[in-house]
Amino acid sequence: MPEPVTKLIHKYLRHDKKFPHVWCPGCGNGIVLGSLIRAIDHLELKKDEVVLVSGIGCSGRMSVYVDFNTLHTTHGRALTFATGIKLVKPELTVIVVMGDGDALSIGGNHFIHAARRNLDITAIIVNNQIYGMTGGQFSSTTPYGAYATTAPYGNIEHAFPISELAVVAGSSFVARGTVYHVQSLDEMIKRAIEKKGFSVVEVISTCPTQFGRKNKMPDPVSMMLYLKEKAVKKEKADTMDKKELEGRFVIGVLADVEKPVYMEDYGIIKEKCQL
Amino acid sequence: MASRRLKPRDARLIMGNEAVVEGAIFAGCRFFAGYPITPASEIAELFAERMPKVGGVFIQMEDEIASLGAVIGASIAGAKAMTATSGPGFSLMQENLGFACLAEVPCVIVDVMRAGPSTGLPTSPSQGDVLQARWGTHGDHPIIVLAASSTLECFTLTVKAFNLSEKYRVPVILLSDAIVAHMRETVVLPNSDELEIVDRPKPKMPPEWYIPYQDTGTGVPPMAAFGDGYRYHITGLIHDVRGFPTQREDEINPFMERLFRKITQGFKEICMTEGYMLEDAEYNVIAYGSVARAALRAVSDARMKGYKVGLLKLITLFPFPKKEVQEVLKNSKAVLVPEMNLGQIRREVKRVNDFMIPIHKINRVDGKLITPKDILGGIEAMIGG
Repeated sequence: MPEPVTKLIHKYLRHDKKFPHVWCPGCGNGIVLGSLIRAIDHLELKKDEVVLVSGIGCSGRMSVYVDFNTLHTTHGRALTFATGIKLVKPELTVIVVMGDGDALSIGGNHFIHAARRNLDITAIIVNNQIYGMTGGQFSSTTPYGAYATTAPYGNIEHAFPISELAVVAGSSFVARGTVYHVQSLDEMIKRAIEKKGFSVVEVISTCPTQFGRKNKMPDPVSMMLYLKEKAVKKEKADTMDKKELEGRFVIGVLADVEKPVYMEDYGIIKEKCQL
Repeated sequence: MASRRLKPRDARLIMGNEAVVEGAIFAGCRFFAGYPITPASEIAELFAERMPKVGGVFIQMEDEIASLGAVIGASIAGAKAMTATSGPGFSLMQENLGFACLAEVPCVIVDVMRAGPSTGLPTSPSQGDVLQARWGTHGDHPIIVLAASSTLECFTLTVKAFNLSEKYRVPVILLSDAIVAHMRETVVLPNSDELEIVDRPKPKMPPEWYIPYQDTGTGVPPMAAFGDGYRYHITGLIHDVRGFPTQREDEINPFMERLFRKITQGFKEICMTEGYMLEDAEYNVIAYGSVARAALRAVSDARMKGYKVGLLKLITLFPFPKKEVQEVLKNSKAVLVPEMNLGQIRREVKRVNDFMIPIHKINRVDGKLITPKDILGGIEAMIGG
């Protein structure tokens, strides 16, 4: 049985210090945070042993609301700060929350290298396909043809497929979910935290204010319906051809592999050197 | 006369970059993250070899932005941490450097300066990053900048950099250049009991009483490491005493005031200079880094010729040692500031020149050294003119 929501709020949120929050009505960030908290609660992690690192943007504010060791870093650099923390205190559970602009545009280099390096860090990328906080400019995941304040005639750049990129860059675990499919999102985040190695959960999220408004989905419900209609489960997607999958996104676990984890290898080097 | 007898093994022939590594490990540094760049790369290479042996961590990051990010993360987790770079990399670090200043995360950055701007003259010596070290990151911020002029100073000032960084919870930049970094000198490294090691202030109260950015008498709040049981928030946003973002002027102003006060209160300890033959000097040279060594030789030669000349060597460049410089200016008919840039410290000297004396200059930006002969010529021109 999941814990009642109010109990979890009192247990994990800085409810007496940092609310109300900054997010708009219909924003997916709260749903992602809910999933994250349920996953952490389910895994029975001690609050003192959890580090939540975030970058800059709407999702970046997530770290301020939760009662863990929390670090709100610079734009796109959250993974680099997390790397330092994890290397010094490998016993801590380090979770990084980033937006799409944060993780893939300005932080794209750090993202692929974190995946390649395979530190035991969990990265949650809230992909709302737009720069929300700065007012609706297109990001590196805005769909081709979509409208944004800096793409008033339609976006002529092509979107990064975050999860597929995470797979080929070498992550140990990669899953894509949405803020509509919340139960499976809980499960994905739980598995990602449990997994040894670099784990990525890409969450397709809603931003009716900045993305929906310019793309004929101006309210939370139409954005949720968009997620419901465009998502295809991995199992089903495997039976579909490329043309059928155009404009849709595959959800589910895309990679779950065993490979050497950075700190374990460095531990072996340390042991050898100190003999 | 009591002089310490040197055992042969005490003396080592090492280069400045190697001395930085030895100094860092001596100071308790157990985390290094960096990205290759000449003429700083030896520091990374030596850390790669040494860190696992002393139980620390070395990591080569994807760029200098990431390097300083990892260093800040490591420091937040409780380690003494540093990175090393040169001009182009130092430029990339400015963003996260501002974070460390604002969030008060101790860290040390060694910038082995090379001639810029941009890729510049790889990798000829320069002192072109002096003002960047002070003002490179955006916004008003406190910072400490030191300059090493010898292999031994690469060791002792790295230790000092860590001590100041930990004590005041502020990033410390140690500047050197290819001359200091690559020159091999025989040095006697101090024993472990010969230099003071300072660790950051830690909270002694129980976690529920811990207010992470509370104003203290020193202006430096105790710093808990992540994982120590003190759960709190660290952010690059201006924050209240609990570490949470604020827009309230009654919280912003006291916070900014404290950030600067913690450094001004420490001026006496932070501002380091060395004087040579200043007592009866009528004319003086003010220099720092590798140029200070050429200047010392020039001043000695000038004395042989009968000129009453002295040298003030700046070890701390920022906060600018105003009191010490003014003391020299007050007693001088004129001073000479030789620099391997177009006058970055001379501008500071002029700024504190309340005595309206002439401030002469020698500047080089062609990657060539300023020689003792150049400076002697400058001294003679200053006295003659």
